[in-house]
Amino acid sequence: MLRTIGRRLLLLIPTLFGLTVLLFFWVRALPGGPAAALLGERATPEAIERINEAYGFNRPLPEQYITWLGRLLQGDFGNSIETRRPVLEEFANRFPATVELAVLALIIAVGIGIPLGYWAARNHGRLLDHVSVGASLLGITIPVFFLAFMLKWLFAVQLGWLPTTGRQDRGVDATHATGFYVLDGLLTGELDAAWNAFIHLLLPALALATIPLAIIVRITRASVLEVVNADYVRTGRAKGVSRQIIRNRFVLRNAMLPVVTTIGLQAGLLISGAVLTETVFAFPGIGAFLANAIFGRDFPVLQGFVLFIAISYALINLLVDISYSVIDPRVRIQ
Amino acid sequence: MCERSHKERSSTVIPSAKRRLLAGLAGGAALTLVLTGCIQSQRSDDGGGDGSAAPSDVNSTFIFAGSSDPSGLDPAFANDGESFRISRNIFEGLIGVEQGGADPEPLLAESWETTEDGLSTTFNLKSDVTFHDGTPFNAEAVCANFERWYNWTGIAATESLSYYYGSLFGGFAGDEDALYESCTADDELTATVTLTRPFSGFIPALSLPALAMQSPTAMEEYGADDVGGSAEAPEYSEYAEAHPTGTGPFMFDSWNPGSEVVLKAYPDYWGEQGQVQEIIFRVIDDPTARRQALEAGDIDGYDLVAPADTAALEEAGFNVMQRDPFTVLYLGFNQQVEELQDPLVRQAIAHAIDREALVTQVLPEGTQEATQFIPPVVNGYNEDVTTYEHDPERARELLAEAGFEDGLELTFNYPVNISRPYMPNPEEIFVALSGQLEEVGITVNPVADEWVDYLDRIQGTADHGIHLLGWTGDYNDTDNFVGVFFGTQGNEWGFDNPELFQALSEARQIPDFEEAGERYQEINEQIAQFLPGVPLAHPAPSLAFSPRVTSYPASPVNDEVYNLIELSE
Repeated sequence: MLRTIGRRLLLLIPTLFGLTVLLFFWVRALPGGPAAALLGERATPEAIERINEAYGFNRPLPEQYITWLGRLLQGDFGNSIETRRPVLEEFANRFPATVELAVLALIIAVGIGIPLGYWAARNHGRLLDHVSVGASLLGITIPVFFLAFMLKWLFAVQLGWLPTTGRQDRGVDATHATGFYVLDGLLTGELDAAWNAFIHLLLPALALATIPLAIIVRITRASVLEVVNADYVRTGRAKGVSRQIIRNRFVLRNAMLPVVTTIGLQAGLLISGAVLTETVFAFPGIGAFLANAIFGRDFPVLQGFVLFIAISYALINLLVDISYSVIDPRVRIQ
Repeated sequence: MCERSHKERSSTVIPSAKRRLLAGLAGGAALTLVLTGCIQSQRSDDGGGDGSAAPSDVNSTFIFAGSSDPSGLDPAFANDGESFRISRNIFEGLIGVEQGGADPEPLLAESWETTEDGLSTTFNLKSDVTFHDGTPFNAEAVCANFERWYNWTGIAATESLSYYYGSLFGGFAGDEDALYESCTADDELTATVTLTRPFSGFIPALSLPALAMQSPTAMEEYGADDVGGSAEAPEYSEYAEAHPTGTGPFMFDSWNPGSEVVLKAYPDYWGEQGQVQEIIFRVIDDPTARRQALEAGDIDGYDLVAPADTAALEEAGFNVMQRDPFTVLYLGFNQQVEELQDPLVRQAIAHAIDREALVTQVLPEGTQEATQFIPPVVNGYNEDVTTYEHDPERARELLAEAGFEDGLELTFNYPVNISRPYMPNPEEIFVALSGQLEEVGITVNPVADEWVDYLDRIQGTADHGIHLLGWTGDYNDTDNFVGVFFGTQGNEWGFDNPELFQALSEARQIPDFEEAGERYQEINEQIAQFLPGVPLAHPAPSLAFSPRVTSYPASPVNDEVYNLIELSE
């Protein structure tokens, strides 16, 4: 398996190389450039020209690309035009926040989605099934930002139970070693800090979890329904295998393959889905920063962040593929 | 990949959220009950007043939500409102701004005198002022700042960093047009700055946060001008990241990018210290999220309140206030479009527009109708300028006279998904105006663009027709409005009017404020007759505060320093 993983990682190289080309030319195809975004109403053609000259944006595109790629290979992702900080540092500062958010969202989606889907399938055709199918349809169709605002309005503004914005209150004693605030609190024994970070995560994670949750419910339900009627389940029952073993080994395990695929895909999408959620909750992750980079034509940030996200996405998919063989020994990674 | 390790300790007060009784009534899930208990106990542990530094028993931490991080903490290298919002509390300039107005007044310079030829100005400096690092503020410090600006090179000398110095002072050492000549420290508290030619905006320009005084010692120690990196990857200095050092009432404490900037009161401040001992500038990008944070009690105030939110917030007991407008919104004409070269057509459009309806129906409360391209508080405002009243009948006559009795078709450009202080809701403004134009027989071809694309199209190409744009002034200098719009030939307006260019260039060099004002009154009339566009309105940006904020120093030029804030609890 190690060889396979190694091969998959090697395959990443041409994929990423192709991505650099697409990315580079895509961000430059956007109308307006960083100079216009920086100067706003104050732009004059001369000022734009001077900035383009200083930043090298007026040089031929292939030359700019080769310069960028050369630096990239040395681990230099350049600096953000907006904040002037290294792209790598900006990403490292924000990525843990997004990962924490995405992980909690995934835990919510999987933790509720799989049991709910299973339960709906077991009550197939009954009222409970219809309710959960209807609710999951609503979950898929309701816009995330709308749900985020509503959740915040109810739990933060009206009830005052949860904070409206941010990652952690200032009044809390917190040591930030890894950048994952909940984990930091647990590692250092600052439980108050961990709890405070956790309650800041709850609302955005709930909002972010809705769509994957709804999808997981539907896929689990469909998959369980299919497996439940399979020959081997019927045979198992006929042989008098206990209900528990039927459920866990015969049904759930076999029904999990499409579910795991879905979870993998959703995990990748969570990172891009975080853009809206992070903006609504002023959550300092990569999402809101990336959105601003698009509006501000911050080329280095756009290129760097999308590359990092692509790498994360590829790694998540690799993990999903590996988990197939764990769940179902018939599957071997090729 | 891990976040820079830091330990934050603070004795700050977290404002208590509205703990509605509903919390108790809601009951329900055990988890939520547990949550409530824990959050409230955590909040009450933290609450209870700072005590140590506050002069009274009010909560002396003031939390204000801005829309983004500052671009940096060195104001000389900034040109965005969020950077200046913070730097105004850390730094002070030689010249200040009268409270609530826009006129220059003494600040670190107690008085000044300009020679008759308008070239040399001698500043008498305030005594017993120190920078936050203990460096005395004196004539040498003043000259160190001027010399620093003048001697920037490379990326530091481009508009992306030193926009204000570069554009106001005509460039840097070695530039032919550079306005700065020298600065001499005549004695400890007297400095003389000499220019190469007179510049009427010199004194008001020194009230700009970008030209505030910074500690020469701190700038040297933390390499303020090391903005190097490579041209493609410029980077700020350590100074601009973590050591901004001025003479203002607050000093820098910490910056957690994406989250907040924290300032603490400077105990040795020369002036009034005020109630606020700590300011937290929190970053909340989304306007609705800012409103919700205020409603939940997580922040004390925020800027650029959406016009639709003001009434609801006031009703709910929040303090909403408007700054005096220092903005102008206009409908520009691109005279590269043949039809718009005809003055009759331009006049017809001006008569077709109903400013009153626009202001009352679409723009925020406090907005004033515009008759010229500068707001009323700016020097050179002409009360008797030629105006074009709303008169659809006259508009139709003028169009007929110009040969468009069967109607006229025009491209109307406007931006979408953007809110500027002078243009909070471009889509609605477009709808209102296009309706008014259609009424007199002008068919509008709408072309909408996202903001950066829009700017690129208007400023970078001739491919646009009538369009919406505007300006938020930086300081009380007429040239900062009309000079920017009509000083030279440009893509936006597409006309060549050497007389107007010449008049603006001359007015810019009149050293006397009053005299310059009179000249600008004439120019405003000249512009009104030439009619390069229709000035529409001076929208007033709104601020909203929690009920405990009883006084806030709202300023038309955003010169808001938080030692003047009054809090009741």
